[in-house]
Amino acid sequence: MNKFNEAKVLLEVRDLKTYFKTDNGILKAVDGVSFTVHEGETVGLVGESGCGKSVTNLSIMRLVPSPPGKIVGGEVVYRGTDIMKLSEKELRNIRGNKISMIFQDPMTSLNPYLRISTQMIETIRLHQDMTKQEARERAIHMLKLVGIPSAETKIDCYPHQFSGGMRQRVMIAMALSCNADLLIADEPTTALDVTIQAQILELIKRISAELKTAVILITHDLGVVAGMCDKVCVMYAGRIVESADTDELYANPLHPYTRGLIASVPKMDGNREERLFSIEGQPPNVIDLPPCCPFHPRCDRTCEVCRHAYPPVKKTGNDHYVACWLNCSEEEIQEAMKGGAN
Amino acid sequence: MTKYIIKRLVGMIPTLFIIVTLSFFIVRIAPGGPFDGERALPEAVKRNIEAKYHMDEPLIVQYGRYMFDVIRGDLGPSYKYKDYDVNTLIAVSLPNSIILGCMAMGVALIFGISLGVLAAVRQNTLLDYIPMSLAALGLSIPLFVFAPFLQQVFCMTLGWFPTTGWFMNDAPLRTMVLPTVALSFAYYADIARLTRSSMVETLRSDYIRTARAKGMKNSTIVFKHAMKGAMLPVVSYLGPAFAGILTGSIVVEQVFLVPGLGKFFVQSSFNRDYTLIVGVVIVYSVILIVMNFIVDIVYAYLDPRISYK
Repeated sequence: MNKFNEAKVLLEVRDLKTYFKTDNGILKAVDGVSFTVHEGETVGLVGESGCGKSVTNLSIMRLVPSPPGKIVGGEVVYRGTDIMKLSEKELRNIRGNKISMIFQDPMTSLNPYLRISTQMIETIRLHQDMTKQEARERAIHMLKLVGIPSAETKIDCYPHQFSGGMRQRVMIAMALSCNADLLIADEPTTALDVTIQAQILELIKRISAELKTAVILITHDLGVVAGMCDKVCVMYAGRIVESADTDELYANPLHPYTRGLIASVPKMDGNREERLFSIEGQPPNVIDLPPCCPFHPRCDRTCEVCRHAYPPVKKTGNDHYVACWLNCSEEEIQEAMKGGAN
Repeated sequence: MTKYIIKRLVGMIPTLFIIVTLSFFIVRIAPGGPFDGERALPEAVKRNIEAKYHMDEPLIVQYGRYMFDVIRGDLGPSYKYKDYDVNTLIAVSLPNSIILGCMAMGVALIFGISLGVLAAVRQNTLLDYIPMSLAALGLSIPLFVFAPFLQQVFCMTLGWFPTTGWFMNDAPLRTMVLPTVALSFAYYADIARLTRSSMVETLRSDYIRTARAKGMKNSTIVFKHAMKGAMLPVVSYLGPAFAGILTGSIVVEQVFLVPGLGKFFVQSSFNRDYTLIVGVVIVYSVILIVMNFIVDIVYAYLDPRISYK
């Protein structure tokens, strides 16, 4: 049982749809994603490359490059207000202040032409009523918190004088310098080497606990999810196919895709002679998907109905949701087959 | 940095030396000479003239003599414009070219950068299409069409400006307007297009997304976060462009009768006026080298990742 279920709902994403107009047709990068983040909770968003994880989170902040991208439907409710309906000015008040983001590649995410101090101080002063000196002290305090040695002098460096891991620390410090209560971390460790990865994840975990910040962690590393997240959403082809508390999901994966993902994690104590399991095939092209389960060509338990209709989301246990026909009753399948035949 | 500047300044000397040497010999390779006309001069007269200008000596001696003069700052007498030396000709005409060039470049920069940024920020709207169509015209209409066109419209039809002249006709400043506009048009086109494309690229970069995610205002993002990076290609274009515009444009000078250096550039080579050709080349090279040097310094100022030692 997830201890955060009692906490207040911080962010609720309802039926979010973000499409991209391309020359080949409409690309449905995110097609009806819903999930909830409670205060202080860490939610993992996992899936293969191109399944819509990053676009989901850019959409939450309305940062999807437009054109070609467009958020065509859905609601993102943050503490009772729908972000999709806010004016540009109200939105700026939430960005960086209430909801912060850190990105995949720390090498390019900081402005190479401005000092770290300039970039941090401007963020702090943008959202908080502080003098330059106070903001500077706050920035130094944040840099110390994320473990930058001799922050008092390092703050006046330019980003290129820092290593990748250090820059990601700076990004985290900057993101959290305004007491954000939601941190969106978009594959924060993909561009870093393994030892630094562990340090950065540990840092996010420690700081989010210290500052009581909720975290949405985007990753394709199931090991990371197991260590960090309270709840996991598995995404496939722009939709969430299964979501559950982390322990529940690992103990009792219901969707064949989730099972495949878990089976493909190498195990240290496993038989080393065996080949590592992998899911056959490629993720589908999300342009012009037919109205069926997008996973059925790669699924080992496909049945007739999978080719005819998208499975409805079913609640199977305590906060465990799955979208797969295997978890539907016979009547529902019959119903869908009839609908598909028409 | 100071050390680097001194090093670069010293480095200019051999560069200039090579330029002078090469142009000294290259102009003499071209067939014909300064005193060849339609009708050949009598042998005795020609020998006399050549003796006067030391052209009867071996080439290497002439070269030594010329280099010695150049080091002292004397570019020699003009072979064509009798009674003038090259120093005087350049001293009289270069200031006019510099004034015109600076005005034109100023106009081109102001409009090029502001409209280029505007076009990038308002991509694919009317505010993008209009400045960019203007730039396309600037690139494609030759100056010898555009300049007379301006005269026709603004001098003959509207009568706002005098057709030709330079600082005269009781209205010194009004004579400058049309030459400036004509000369700046093509430079505006280049600058606007460069600014737009590099600004569009910069605005798509990751660190701009970070700035947006921080909640920065759009104007702050453009001017504080994107401007420096977006200006780099423009700055590197400006070095050679400045050198070109300062040394004058033959077309603008001919159409508007501006007494600039551009005329000598073209005329001296038709006349095989050896000293004037090399003199003008030296002026151009010095300006070009200095401009490129300034560009390098500005680069280091704009981009902290570049440092000179």
